[in-house]
Amino acid sequence: MQKVNGKSIFKGIAIGRILYYSKEQQQVKRLRVENTEAEVARYEAAREAAVKQLGELYDKALAEVGEMNAQVFEVHQMMLEDEDYNDSIYNIIRQQEVNAEYAVATTADNFSDMFANMDDEYFKARAIDIKDISERVVTILQGKSTGSDIGDEPVIIVAEDLAPSETVQMDKTKLLSFVTRLGSSNSHTAILARTMNIPALIGVEIDEAWDGKMAIVDGYTGTLYLEPDDELIEEMKKKLQEDIEKRELLQTLKGKENVTKSGRAIKLYANIGNVSDLASVLQNDASGIGLFRSEFLYLESKDYPTEDEQFLAYKQVAETLAGKKVIIRTLDIGADKQVDYFNMEHEDNPAMGYRAIRICLSQPEIFKTQLRAIFRASAYGNIAVMYPMIISVEEVKQIKQIVEEVKKELDDAGIKYGDVEQGIMIETPAAVMISDLLAEEVDFFSIGTNDLTQYTLAIDRQNAKLDTFYNSHHEAVLRMIKLVVDNAHVANIWAGICGELGADTSLTDTFLDMGVDELSVSPNMILPIRKVIREHE
Amino acid sequence: MTFNYVITDEVGIHARPAGLLVKAAKEVGSKVTVSCNGKSAEATKLMALMSLGVKKGMEVTVTVEGDNEAVDGETMKKFFEENL
Repeated sequence: MQKVNGKSIFKGIAIGRILYYSKEQQQVKRLRVENTEAEVARYEAAREAAVKQLGELYDKALAEVGEMNAQVFEVHQMMLEDEDYNDSIYNIIRQQEVNAEYAVATTADNFSDMFANMDDEYFKARAIDIKDISERVVTILQGKSTGSDIGDEPVIIVAEDLAPSETVQMDKTKLLSFVTRLGSSNSHTAILARTMNIPALIGVEIDEAWDGKMAIVDGYTGTLYLEPDDELIEEMKKKLQEDIEKRELLQTLKGKENVTKSGRAIKLYANIGNVSDLASVLQNDASGIGLFRSEFLYLESKDYPTEDEQFLAYKQVAETLAGKKVIIRTLDIGADKQVDYFNMEHEDNPAMGYRAIRICLSQPEIFKTQLRAIFRASAYGNIAVMYPMIISVEEVKQIKQIVEEVKKELDDAGIKYGDVEQGIMIETPAAVMISDLLAEEVDFFSIGTNDLTQYTLAIDRQNAKLDTFYNSHHEAVLRMIKLVVDNAHVANIWAGICGELGADTSLTDTFLDMGVDELSVSPNMILPIRKVIREHE
Repeated sequence: MTFNYVITDEVGIHARPAGLLVKAAKEVGSKVTVSCNGKSAEATKLMALMSLGVKKGMEVTVTVEGDNEAVDGETMKKFFEENL
């Protein structure tokens, strides 16, 4: 038995035979052709087929791994339609009177050499793209199948690295695990593994000789066991069985209500940070979105995102959730999240600095653009809005004034909007202490436990030296949550938790006893929390 | 008409913006040429554009030629400002 370590991408167990996956070297012969125009037509048909395949891969990737990861296929389509690339192929076929395969392969070599010789790493890497698209066309010309065939038996795939087109094409039911030498935890392979819930290791010193050997991937420890002994196999089989049972149990919770045994219904929502997270919200059966972090619109942009850009993103989320609640948190930039074009000055203590609602109230034009986008999108679903980093009733009154102005502008322009609930994040000790007063002004509270804990304990979470002092279950924080919930209920509004503590299953019972009405957690924690809720008295 | 533009995109004229540029250049009637470091490429050609190896901070010269070059030039200028 041999043990090899790597970096785990997804916690889980896989037991099976290794398939060492390497790209087949394409053999292309130079053949003379009589009818060059027929050969050109043959190439064009193959190119069309390749563009179509790439379109299908794009759709598949879009559904499985999101738009950012799917974009590569769109670029590949454009490369195949490039004028110079095509002219070169036509020229070779016509001038040299040769077959299309040879013309494509020669063109691929020339163009990829051009990129490989550039001095920038990014552009160098495009040589691989050219090879990839050209191999696709040649495969079609040769009448072969373009699927990444991994056989009929479920296998552990061991490879140097996997291209997006390879991973997306593999039959997901035959994939037990990925083990690669290259790749990062944010690579395509890694994201795919996480999306599909399969254990995967990267950074493993792989060996071609492993092909066909029995192996175990332990994603909990990041270990690959080669030719494991019977004892280990038995142990891992048990672990795997536990995993499967746990997952099946959770699957049986899908579609079930979030109701305690005594009949109290809890709002169980998902936290998301991008439109691309929507798939996992639906897969995990969330009843709504309790925290839609709007920062991605600002972080992914090179300038202030326009009202229309924001509107389209919010509208998409509202429409996808089809009437379920979507709570959008307004801009929470500053502190650890910086954006160039905001031109923010350096601060000695950014966590307590110019951030979130403080920016919005100082630069109301930025705030108004976002509010207009949110209110416009509210005509397409059930949208609520919440404001971060509140410390005073004054701030809330100012916000409401701005909201009234926005509504009036929309009315004047004849633009429709829905009934938008307005709430605030409770994440400062100040907001906790005056939560009775704040409750009079808003429709709901959402407790942001990460910042609240940091401010209450005066512990910077980025500072590793303080780990021994940090207690995420500190009584002070728990008492604050209780106080906030009580004050909310006195004013007849609801209170929820959207910070990390909300997803801590060891605290779910405590929160339910306190009377917490809503828990908003990362999508993969929805079903585990639902289980605890349904078992609660 | 001709204008100069300093690239602000982190990775430069890489695959995706180059693709968008090709689309934009095909939509205007004029002939659009991008030059940088003594090399130039027609803006309708993806691989040629990428092979210029334009990175952040580099200055490119964009030439727009045709009957409608004043309007098309403005369109291209706007495109560069928004996407690159």
